[in-house]
Amino acid sequence: MSALLALPVLLPMLGAALTVLAGRSAALQRAIGIVTLTAVAVIAAVLLVNADAGGPIVAELGGWAPPVGIALVADRLSALLLLVSTLVTLAVLVYAIDQRIVDYGRGAASTTFHPMYLMLCAGVSLAYLTGDLFTLFVAFELMLTASYVLITRRTSAIRIRASMTYVTVSLMSSLLFLTAIAMVYAATGTVNLADIAGRIDTVPPGLRTVLGLMLLVVFGIKAAIVPLHFWLPDSYPNAPGPVAALFAGLLTKVSFYALLRTQTLLFSREEPWTLMLVLAVATMLVGALGALAQNDINRLLSFLLVSHIGFMLFGLAVFDAASVSGAALYAAHHITVLATLFLVSGLITRRTGTVALDQMGGLAKVSPALAALFAIPAMTLAGLPPTAGFVAKLALLQAGVAAGPWPTVVAGVVVVASLLTLYALVRVWVRVFWGEPKPPIPDDDPDDEVIVGTARTSVPMYTATAGLVAVSLAIAVFAGPLSEVTGRAGTDLLDGGPYRSAVLGAEGER
Amino acid sequence: MTQQEDPTPFESWDRPRQAWLLSGDCRGVRQRTLLLEMTTRALFPTVLVFSLYLLLVGHYGPGGGFAAGLVAGLAFVLRYIAGGSEDLGAVVRIRPPVLVGTGLAVALLVAVVPLAFGLPVLSSAKWALDVPLLGTIAVQTSLFLDVGVYLLIIGVVIDLLRSLGSGIERDMREEGEQA
Repeated sequence: MSALLALPVLLPMLGAALTVLAGRSAALQRAIGIVTLTAVAVIAAVLLVNADAGGPIVAELGGWAPPVGIALVADRLSALLLLVSTLVTLAVLVYAIDQRIVDYGRGAASTTFHPMYLMLCAGVSLAYLTGDLFTLFVAFELMLTASYVLITRRTSAIRIRASMTYVTVSLMSSLLFLTAIAMVYAATGTVNLADIAGRIDTVPPGLRTVLGLMLLVVFGIKAAIVPLHFWLPDSYPNAPGPVAALFAGLLTKVSFYALLRTQTLLFSREEPWTLMLVLAVATMLVGALGALAQNDINRLLSFLLVSHIGFMLFGLAVFDAASVSGAALYAAHHITVLATLFLVSGLITRRTGTVALDQMGGLAKVSPALAALFAIPAMTLAGLPPTAGFVAKLALLQAGVAAGPWPTVVAGVVVVASLLTLYALVRVWVRVFWGEPKPPIPDDDPDDEVIVGTARTSVPMYTATAGLVAVSLAIAVFAGPLSEVTGRAGTDLLDGGPYRSAVLGAEGER
Repeated sequence: MTQQEDPTPFESWDRPRQAWLLSGDCRGVRQRTLLLEMTTRALFPTVLVFSLYLLLVGHYGPGGGFAAGLVAGLAFVLRYIAGGSEDLGAVVRIRPPVLVGTGLAVALLVAVVPLAFGLPVLSSAKWALDVPLLGTIAVQTSLFLDVGVYLLIIGVVIDLLRSLGSGIERDMREEGEQA
């Protein structure tokens, strides 16, 4: 089983290399991308089933045993998120491929898009699977470097200027991350996560707090926790539809996964984490209120994305098995629903030729399919029953109410933020889909991939979006088994024992 | 090096069949530096050989694919500075993305091969070969990984020189036209 563990990282990289070599055959590039990601999805499913049945799966790179060597670890949480993420990247790739066919024709090969897309997928897989703090840094860099290329290619000068915010902020947080790793290494003498977990008790409490806060700030910037979120609504709307969907679906959630993993494994807490509760409230409210003020549909979705990061932070803040498992379930749901909404936003923008809500109208008459594709994920994000969002939110609320008075108050904020989300999305619905149909605004800058007002779409673009909607519905249908898996994942996360003994062997159990 | 109108047989004795640095053909007289061109002429092959040495010695000594690739890349940087992008284009006919893709593919395939033998990913084995005259030569299979990295780094450096360097040259040319 451990033989499979490196493949979700190596296969997309190999795919990237092959798409570079197949730089003149667009058909071959498309086939390589889809086959690779399908294979990774199958492997992730196998890993999830096995990790759920038999505990964490560990692979030692080069046969060097941890803590000296680098270990890859797939436990329930990482395998589940890997599977959901890969399904999302696969659907987004299908959408992106068909958008490229519609815009540039069947023969247009690209030596940047496909390799960078697959490299980003490799980075995401590595971030989920690594059991080593420094390899986590490498994974983030792999992911972010590819994202720098994807956000700045085929766009206008103004948008590149906006993307520079993203690049600068990401580089700053990477620098902080490196500093934090150096400090962790200086304090504990290891960068292997399981090994750090065993040694962190010997570190003085003050220094331990500093390390915890450093890692919180690093992942907080990357996961867009208020007040470190300012870069996200400025940069994501400048990416073309599928790229924005990829970023919104994955990048912040990978950072949240890293936050969840490091905080639960390294820093044990007996009671709810007050600082994190405050951050969760700020993130939920600032995001939701910010969304209400937006006229640009992509900016609105970006603020909602920030707001819903707060929901997961709430799960982490309460810090018991039920709430952490709720956060894991919420993350899985959030990855699919945000990616879907950004894909739908891409379709809406192509139909209307604008991202401004007040210039759209009557799309329900023009394209009822698009209206349905927007309505389902919107209800899911707002958390209306019987969608996946409701199931995940209910798990969080139950865990919060059971944890004490302050978490109960924050659970109330969760409900308020959900209502604000619903209000923001209903506003989009009324502006975009109701009213008299307006003619699409013509495309003034053909080089800019973000706003393509050609109204030309293809069936696979809808199918890919519908596929993601189906994944999100499947999360709702299989909520029972899934919440059992995340429940066991939450128990594992807080215990930490199975993870440590799987990585380090019997001596890890101290 | 410079083209002469009617070379006598004696003077063309050791004249290279091809101009070694093309900058005489493609650059203005003012932009050429004889000293740099002659130094490059001596250094370019030497540095390339040194990079191969670093590649081979890497497993036990300082070196390896990354360092060797960077050193080889520096040789191409020197050549680019002395001869410009046209010269670089003439000496490297292979497209840089092909170099990058091949290097990455080789490195990854070498990483995956141990799985077929039931070993962990990235494991390495040692081959000892008895070569006549030279004696026993030990080869670590991780050398092939290093070869992949070496190609990858060279490809990246040349790609950078081509894409960024040609932009700089274009800007300089435009400035020159304006002045």
